[in-house]
Amino acid sequence: MSDIIRRDPRAEWIARNRLHPLHSSMQSSVTRWLSAAGVTRKNPHAVGFIGPNGIKRIDRSGAQQSSGSKRSSPTAEKQLPLHIVEQPAFHICVVPDMVGGRLSSHDKDLLGLAHKLAGTEGAVVAVVFAEHKENGFDTAGVDRILHFTDAVFDGYSPEQRVQALVRVENQLEPRHWLLPDSRNGGGELGRRLAASLSERPATRVWQVADEQSIGRAGAGQQDLHRPAPRLILASAECAEPISETRHQAQPMQLQDAINPSRSRIKDLGAVAVDPALIPMAEAEFILSGGNGVSDWSLFHQAAETLGATEGASRVAVDDGFMPRNRQVGATGTWVTARVYLAVGISGAIQHLQGIGACDKVIAVNMDANCDMVKRADLSVIGDSAAILQALIARIDAHRQGGIRDAA
Amino acid sequence: MQPSPMDTTALNVVALVSIGAHPTSGRPRRAEQDARAVELGLRLAGEAMQVVHAGDARQEALRGYLGMGIKQLHVLEQPAQADVLHALSDYLLDSDAQLILTGSQAETGEGSGMLPYLLAEQLGWPIVVGLAEVERIDHGIAHVLQALPRGQRRRLQVQMPFIASVDNAAPLARQSAFGPARRGELTVTAANVCPDQLFKEGQLQPARPRPKRLKVIKAKTGAERMKAATAKASGGGGQVLKDCSPTEGAEAIFKLLMDEGVLR
Ligand SMILES: Cc1cc2nc3c(=O)[nH]c(=O)nc-3n(C[C@H](O)[C@H](O)[C@H](O)COP(=O)(O)OP(=O)(O)OC[C@H]3O[C@@H](n4cnc5c(N)ncnc54)[C@H](O)[C@@H]3O)c2cc1C
Repeated sequence: MSDIIRRDPRAEWIARNRLHPLHSSMQSSVTRWLSAAGVTRKNPHAVGFIGPNGIKRIDRSGAQQSSGSKRSSPTAEKQLPLHIVEQPAFHICVVPDMVGGRLSSHDKDLLGLAHKLAGTEGAVVAVVFAEHKENGFDTAGVDRILHFTDAVFDGYSPEQRVQALVRVENQLEPRHWLLPDSRNGGGELGRRLAASLSERPATRVWQVADEQSIGRAGAGQQDLHRPAPRLILASAECAEPISETRHQAQPMQLQDAINPSRSRIKDLGAVAVDPALIPMAEAEFILSGGNGVSDWSLFHQAAETLGATEGASRVAVDDGFMPRNRQVGATGTWVTARVYLAVGISGAIQHLQGIGACDKVIAVNMDANCDMVKRADLSVIGDSAAILQALIARIDAHRQGGIRDAA
Repeated sequence: MQPSPMDTTALNVVALVSIGAHPTSGRPRRAEQDARAVELGLRLAGEAMQVVHAGDARQEALRGYLGMGIKQLHVLEQPAQADVLHALSDYLLDSDAQLILTGSQAETGEGSGMLPYLLAEQLGWPIVVGLAEVERIDHGIAHVLQALPRGQRRRLQVQMPFIASVDNAAPLARQSAFGPARRGELTVTAANVCPDQLFKEGQLQPARPRPKRLKVIKAKTGAERMKAATAKASGGGGQVLKDCSPTEGAEAIFKLLMDEGVLR
């Protein structure tokens, strides 16, 4: 938006005319300005707003924006300073888990640790396999990115991935390898890499400082202190994630193409598990119903079609539509689902606490102003029954189409 | 799901076991995951399975495994703080094992979980991590289920012989009975001793509680700090579909679910 000041003579006239019906709304809401004498003046009447029951409220949290007549452009997102590594003296290689194709918070912690080890001279290289959906590599602290897109790395392919990593090792000779010690693949890949490089890794590391690493040992009753080895498998929260710099995230290529040999393990694909048997705290995809669900048999049918684990708000449980062990929230289960679909749930704070760890929240609600909609990444305003029915129909159509394609 | 009936009794299964530690008292016991490995072996091969421990044969906790209904437990005599890898790989090379089961990490000592990987590397066998169930074995090819986080399962096809590590998704170990534990036999053989290099440079200390991560508020002004302290769940940013037909709404939800890959 250009910064040319545009005057609206009519608005100015209304603002001067106290008898005009629009007068109050046209009042300039400038609450503080510099007088000609250089003194700051304040208009105490202009602060605050009239609350729902006619009482004037003052919100000092800064959330309340003055609805001035001068439309301001949405503040451009602040650009973080760019961290540039021209000629890296050495490399630190990070192999993120990329759960669901995105950097997880564990991956980001690891990138933070990598930068602690890299200082200003080294470059942090992220080695990423298969397709991903991440577009925040720069702000997460990736200086260089090595992306393997070959089809052999799709699905579960640990043996091929280790071969690729060994190639990376030969070419870059990184000072450190960092992998997340997680069950999402990082722990396994890291140990396989360690075995094939004959490096003794430090595992479950939670602190690296002054060339010393500290990791949990045994069943967690002891810590192992040792000089930081080349290969580090770190647990979550091993370091603070990058938040104050932007990085180049420059694509990199290996000099020679890789042609991994045939694997002795073949991935035959995921097995359908009964979602009702998965503990709710662990479930990946939850369909949760609240007071806004009128047709519960339709809700159960939707959960079955979606293949989602069922959850509920406290009201749905108290009213006897769902068992107590399905309650999500402060007094129920704290869930960690990657996708949480909330149908007819208003988003009381006790409920929102329970879904704090969820990644994507979808809300279906009649009320566009409720707190769940504010929390959600996608909200659909409308009647829950109609939307659930349409969703079931859409998925059935998709499945049928899929079967026809396969035939 | 019931495994299809199969004849795996002829299968030569070896389970590697270690001494565990009770999580609160720290007293020696049979290790939780290793016991699950033995359980899986017992289901596959019955009493014909072999159980091997590298360490001290006088450790009473070893009888916990015998109490699961095993006649004999093989001990490769090793002093404390020795690297048992070489003793085990020598032993396994001579045995005609087709499937080696281990836990995924020991409860005492370093507990790095590297042993199955290093054994696989030395023997040149494939390794399956997080084995939950062996579905069937035909013509030297095993179809197994691998446990994934969030209760998911993946079907894999592996060439025999292979190593598999089990974690807490494997079937729960049966109880250890006192009588069989007393009657069972511990056979001890001497083995090569190779000191562990690690303890030259590293040391074990009682675990320190990890520092809690603080919510760092990078606010420059008081108002921003106040806002950060009182703000509800971050609002805005989400897409809101108002006044649309249920079909359009369903389409948008469907698209997001597909993008996230949660629909199967
Ligand atoms: C100490 C304490 C602990 C609590 N612990 C928990 C807890 O652990 N978990 C929990 O969930 N709650 C908890 N609560 C209760 C919580 O405060 C709320 O009362 C509860 O979460 C509200 O449930 P709801 O959203 O389903 O119902 P409501 O607040 O009644 O919301 C229903 C929503 O559905 C919408 N709706 C109505 N009809 C339709 C329709 N046809 N289609 C679509 N949308 C529709 C409405 O617009 C509304 O937004 C606790 C309360 C207290 C005091």
